[in-house]
Amino acid sequence: MNSSEGIFFIQPWLGFKGSGWQERIDVRDFIQQNYTPYAEDDSFLAPATERTKQLWVDISKLIEQERIKGVLDVSSDIGSSITAHKPGYINKDLELIVGLQTDAPLKRAIIPNGGLRMVEAGLEAYGFKLAPAVKEAYKLYRKDHNQGVFDAYSPDILACRRSGIITGLPDAYGRGRIVGDYRRVALYGIDFLVADKKREKAELDNEVFSEEILRTREELSEQIRALEELRQMAASYGFDIGRAAATAQEAVQWLYFGYLAAIKEQNGAAMSIGRISTFLDIYIERDVQAGRLDESAAQELIDDLVIKLRIVRFLRTPEYDQLFSGDPAWVTEAIGGMGEDGRTLVSKNSFRFLHSLYNLGPAPEPNLTVLWSNAMPKGFKEFCSKVSIETSAIQYESDDLMREHWGDDYAIACCVSAMRIGKQMQFFGARCNLAKAMLYAINGGVDEKSGVKIADGFEPITSEYLDYDEVVEKFEAMMNWLATTYIKALNAIHFMHDKYHYERIEMALHDRDVLRTMACGIAGLSVTADSLSAIKHAKVRVLRNDEGIATDFDIEGEYPAFGNDDDRVDDIAIWLVETFMEKIRQHKTYRESVPTQSVLTITSNVVYGKKTGNTPDGRRTGEPFAPGANAMNGRDKKGFIASGASVAKLPYHAALDGISWTATSTPNTFGHTLSDRVSNLSNCIDVFCNANGFHVNVNMLDKDTLLDAMEHPENYPQLTLRVSGYAVNFVKLTREQQLDVINRTFHLNF
Amino acid sequence: MTQNNAAKPPGVISPVCVDEQGRLSGFVHSFETGSAVDGPGMRFVVFVSGCQFRCLYCHNPDTIKIHNGTMMTVDHVIEEISEYATFLRFAGGLTISGGEPLMQAHFIREIFYLAKHDLHLHTTLDTQGFLAAHLEDEWFDDVDLVLLDIKHSDAAKYLALTGQPLQPTLDFARRLSDMGKKVWIRYVLLPGYTDDEMDVDKLADFVATLKGVDRVEILPFHKMGENKWAEMGFKYHLKDVQPPSPELLQRVIDQFSQRGLYTC
Repeated sequence: MNSSEGIFFIQPWLGFKGSGWQERIDVRDFIQQNYTPYAEDDSFLAPATERTKQLWVDISKLIEQERIKGVLDVSSDIGSSITAHKPGYINKDLELIVGLQTDAPLKRAIIPNGGLRMVEAGLEAYGFKLAPAVKEAYKLYRKDHNQGVFDAYSPDILACRRSGIITGLPDAYGRGRIVGDYRRVALYGIDFLVADKKREKAELDNEVFSEEILRTREELSEQIRALEELRQMAASYGFDIGRAAATAQEAVQWLYFGYLAAIKEQNGAAMSIGRISTFLDIYIERDVQAGRLDESAAQELIDDLVIKLRIVRFLRTPEYDQLFSGDPAWVTEAIGGMGEDGRTLVSKNSFRFLHSLYNLGPAPEPNLTVLWSNAMPKGFKEFCSKVSIETSAIQYESDDLMREHWGDDYAIACCVSAMRIGKQMQFFGARCNLAKAMLYAINGGVDEKSGVKIADGFEPITSEYLDYDEVVEKFEAMMNWLATTYIKALNAIHFMHDKYHYERIEMALHDRDVLRTMACGIAGLSVTADSLSAIKHAKVRVLRNDEGIATDFDIEGEYPAFGNDDDRVDDIAIWLVETFMEKIRQHKTYRESVPTQSVLTITSNVVYGKKTGNTPDGRRTGEPFAPGANAMNGRDKKGFIASGASVAKLPYHAALDGISWTATSTPNTFGHTLSDRVSNLSNCIDVFCNANGFHVNVNMLDKDTLLDAMEHPENYPQLTLRVSGYAVNFVKLTREQQLDVINRTFHLNF
Repeated sequence: MTQNNAAKPPGVISPVCVDEQGRLSGFVHSFETGSAVDGPGMRFVVFVSGCQFRCLYCHNPDTIKIHNGTMMTVDHVIEEISEYATFLRFAGGLTISGGEPLMQAHFIREIFYLAKHDLHLHTTLDTQGFLAAHLEDEWFDDVDLVLLDIKHSDAAKYLALTGQPLQPTLDFARRLSDMGKKVWIRYVLLPGYTDDEMDVDKLADFVATLKGVDRVEILPFHKMGENKWAEMGFKYHLKDVQPPSPELLQRVIDQFSQRGLYTC
């Protein structure tokens, strides 16, 4: 099969139904008019072909070399762009879907527009050197995003970054979290997309040339340029993507080229691919009906695409890895869910994507995210559970919650952030440390670790015992200060990112007028809630050092801890989420973006813990926080369901960027037989979603396996597990994080 | 069941316990809201405290002494369960485990009654059956399933392993069969203690004669309780015993399966 074969060359849309999507860009309409819901089980799936296996073996060898070296190779002589690199292949004879970020597999690109400093640091960390010509270009002729941000930052923002009350800000690299509608490349082809962008621009010809209109016009011109570069890049691989894709293979290839252009140009914290399975299923079904494709060949296409998505790489620094461990790229694919008309969006291709975890073995990427609805067919739910139990590689998010807010054609950016595809983007805001803010409230703005005054204008609490009402009052004032500083930082970051590192190709695959959200976040929810619960329900005595700084706390009596389905503390957690959201909403945000927040730490719960002193709940200085919205380790004494019930109470309306829960268990504790486990897990996800739970990572791992993998990483190249919002190769985590994961393995009573 | 004085069953059931307001109460060690290994589906498990056995491999030695638990009223326990009743109705049900639940027969009978009639839950009793002869047949009316732990088939070895006689448990198994109760037999496989082929055959032969056995679960010994023994200040006798090999586990499963018993 090649691109110039057959009648479909001239009629890519032959056999497709509906007309609305043909007149305007409307991928959702195309899907709704043409997809085939699938309500049966997994018995139709095909195993990996010999070709697929060989290709996977080829790339696995390189992956193992990379694991040993950290970074296999870097293209350090050239700043990456959509067209900067010559075509690259894993094994040209075997690949069905082609295209690499650089000219060789696992060779990382440098993307200096985000920040030359981070590029240099990343190169140096792995023994590479930046080409002098690139350095000179940025010294003499070109400014980057990182420079821009620091030109604008104020002293209070810098102090917050140093103390660690705000961490992980995307001020030195690409902000990511933007999901291009890569399906548009396949459905429409470049000619159609360029014409539409020209139309969008022409509509503004007679507007008053305000700053806003000028910026939009410049961006549209950049988008058109990027689409032309995408066309060129595809041509260098031998494909003319000016027209729409005419076969399933072309559809996968066209779509992947769109995504590839994005990851050549941006090294964002998260580069989701969107929601492509059921879209592609339409092409596969058409080819199957016409006798051009069988199940094995269909699975091959998906396996090939998945291989490509597994080798997305960005050059990052060791500091970055500490925060977001395991070299993640968040190639998030959202699978399943229900349509607004009540039909399931599960198709055969939803199964095929998950099945790649068997055909190729488990892997952390793509970040497979099942949009769970209780109304989904049982066959699919149970297949998902089985895959979870056997691979620990997938996460679940409540489609019933999200569909209500975002319709039925949203994708997940990064871990838990829902957005309407091609119609919405976010300004990624990392997160701030609520527990530290509470300590600042107690210490009048003085950092408990360094003794340095970070927030001005606050008086410390001086009483021996902490009074709940006084702490809450001072904490609210401190949250005001934190929200103010935080939004200032985010406004600076995103203004500069638009200016110096605009996502040309990703935004070319959006409508002109998009909804923008300002995605703030909080870390340390459970530790803060438990601390306030201790202050309220037990007695907390303050221990101060010679400078009068509260550095430790003595708890007299017992307090209810978050994670036991106990309203006395769960209500405090809800109050925290709602209150901080309200504080954020008070501020003017860049580009009139709508403020949201997440309760998500990724792996930064370890670093946040390191940077935070003793807390009034009894947690010792340096101990990790719980990840995301999890209960503090070991304090959820009533088991899995009660723990999830506490998390499910957190209100999605006050955390529209997502609420993350990670549940880790051993397979044995989920039932004596595989079929017991499958139905038990499926029922548990149902109940969690019924209770308005938003997200759950499911891990099924034996502790002994993890311990052995720490000692013999070479034996476990594909051991995968979920951390907050993404999956990692266990052997790629730092030792500290490996231990954190092991300590967190859920202990059920026996 | 009628008992004559000469054959008074061994063991003692705790007397009725009430709180200051006279409400029926008992001692509860802990709640587990989502167990998948204590009966069909997902179970809310009430672990009561108190047990007259001293099994070498006990993985909950912290539940042996009744006063290690917290005194609670029946109403309180039911309130805890009812939070999850909707879930439990479709995904599983209630299991009372321990400790040995039958030590507090008055307390748990009332819990089962309310769980069955008010919350409409599937109910499961996890027991070794030692005290069952003290109870009338009607006592079991609100129990849908019994998880019966038979710890050994040989009376002398049973005594050595648990500190108590075997016969009451076998009698109870027979009685459940006659009553037509649903039963899952549970057998902890402890290398060097319960893995003898003849002993297993003997047990499997016995179980095969019972009606109503839907499943036999072979529970491979694990050491997760070891640190609890140390915390309790007890000596742990199985320091050097390793969990059974997969081959041994399969052999024992096969010994039961060959007799037509669904075994896992």
